[in-house]
Amino acid sequence: MSWDLLADVQLLLQYHFMQNALVAGTLVALLAGAAGYFVVLRGQSFAAHMLSQVGFPGAAGAVLVHVAPVFGLIAFCVAAALGIGWVGRNLDAGHRAESAAVGSILAFSLGLGLLFFRLYAGSAAGIYTFLFGTILGIADRDVQLTLVVALLGLGALAIFGRQLTFATVDPDVAEARGVHVRLLSIAFLIVLALAVAITVQIVGTLLIFALLVAPGASALQLTARPARALAVSVVLSLAFTWLGLALAYFSDLPVGFFITSLAFAVYVAIRAVKGALAFRNGSLQLRGTWFAAEA
Amino acid sequence: MAVALERASVSLGGHVVWRDASLEVAAGEFVAILGPNGAGKSTLLKALLGVVPLSAGTARVFGRPVRRGNDAVGYLPQRRRFDPDLRIRALDLVSLGLDGDRLGVPLPSPANAERVREMIELVGAGAYAGRPIGELSGGEQQRILIAQALVTGARMLMLDEPLESLDLNNQQAISDLIRTICQRRLVTVLLVAHDINPILPFVDRVVYVAGGRVLCGKPEEVIRTETLTRLYGAPVEVLRTSDGRIVVVGQHEPVSYHAADN
Repeated sequence: MSWDLLADVQLLLQYHFMQNALVAGTLVALLAGAAGYFVVLRGQSFAAHMLSQVGFPGAAGAVLVHVAPVFGLIAFCVAAALGIGWVGRNLDAGHRAESAAVGSILAFSLGLGLLFFRLYAGSAAGIYTFLFGTILGIADRDVQLTLVVALLGLGALAIFGRQLTFATVDPDVAEARGVHVRLLSIAFLIVLALAVAITVQIVGTLLIFALLVAPGASALQLTARPARALAVSVVLSLAFTWLGLALAYFSDLPVGFFITSLAFAVYVAIRAVKGALAFRNGSLQLRGTWFAAEA
Repeated sequence: MAVALERASVSLGGHVVWRDASLEVAAGEFVAILGPNGAGKSTLLKALLGVVPLSAGTARVFGRPVRRGNDAVGYLPQRRRFDPDLRIRALDLVSLGLDGDRLGVPLPSPANAERVREMIELVGAGAYAGRPIGELSGGEQQRILIAQALVTGARMLMLDEPLESLDLNNQQAISDLIRTICQRRLVTVLLVAHDINPILPFVDRVVYVAGGRVLCGKPEEVIRTETLTRLYGAPVEVLRTSDGRIVVVGQHEPVSYHAADN
């Protein structure tokens, strides 16, 4: 790695696996960043976490029956999303029912994934890939499927994103205005499942928060304007992915480490700056009252 | 008629909330909906919004059968407060009231932005409309929600306990605001209240929901010892204080928390 940026980029793109990783990574970042804004606004980080863990036995099961893992991921994640949506049908129970269902399925699914991998070859490398992500294993077919899934997810958010925002911040009024709040909540879980399924390819099951939650959380700290926050979330998600892939390529360290570190660093930096600003304003205010009292 | 309810009944989960309710509200009237906790006051509003279906009878709003998404009706649901961490501007909430029910990518619309600004001015929330809704005080949030309810050009406001959890000054300010809107814009107001006293001076009519029944009339006709005793089916006494306030005693209110008061 040199400090000649152009040469670095050429170096980065010379291998086919790296081209695939960058294309798939970009598509993943677009959908994860957009869906992530809604995840944070809706307070559904835990559901995102669960979907990613349920994806693990899906991927393992697909390997077991000689199908591309991403198909298994999609099948299991979407099924789990429908499951959560169905449990959440009891409106009054709301989030409590949802989190109880989530908790009880989590451990079981990880155990199931472990079993599937054992049955397949007993290889630990495969498990490692799905838990922590890889930039090596993305085949041409995976890229095509990622493209389709990302377009589906982004298209769905473009269509119902505004209604979803309304249903999230003000469900009672949204319902009275004719918005199908329940249906939207299930539709969003399915989009989330699709986002999780393709994101697992890059950062793995355990590190999915870095792309699906952290960019949205940082964006919402920066701005309370919906359109702007959504855009910032997508830009951050793209930046984490590209930088993470590049750093992983040149350092030969795991991509998951770099993406999570970038996401964490940005979030902490924003909180720290905001905290410092609030502190300064607070002390200014204090000084103001002191002067007022004196006068 | 702004509202026409005829022999209407509502059941929720096999339990009859109230039955055989008939009610007529003329356009521009200020109506208070009163009654003990859990009697079905909020359900009455939800039935008129088309959110809760009737098990019998008919409900019409401005001459048409009730339906969700009616631009002529603005709704302010019962709630305590927005989550303090909710990161969306107050002004976006008003804007969602205008077009949040539409599909597709929201494109900037100067006409809509102007309409939102106008409503925010009307309720006097200009100073804080750009701040996240969760950071606003209860009274400020209530003003924003009234702007949201009016923004579609609503000719009727359905307000579910809008004065609850406000301090006395804010109760006064918000009820004055609602009355001004009712009078100047000829907006019909249906307001669910726990306590009638803050709004007593300008209530045209009272709807009393208790004991599975709905009773309607002028305040001095309905809020009387005999009428309410009959409605509750238990001894109730209506007292008037020297400064004109009304106190209803002995209504055996079940202990209830607001989460259960639907």
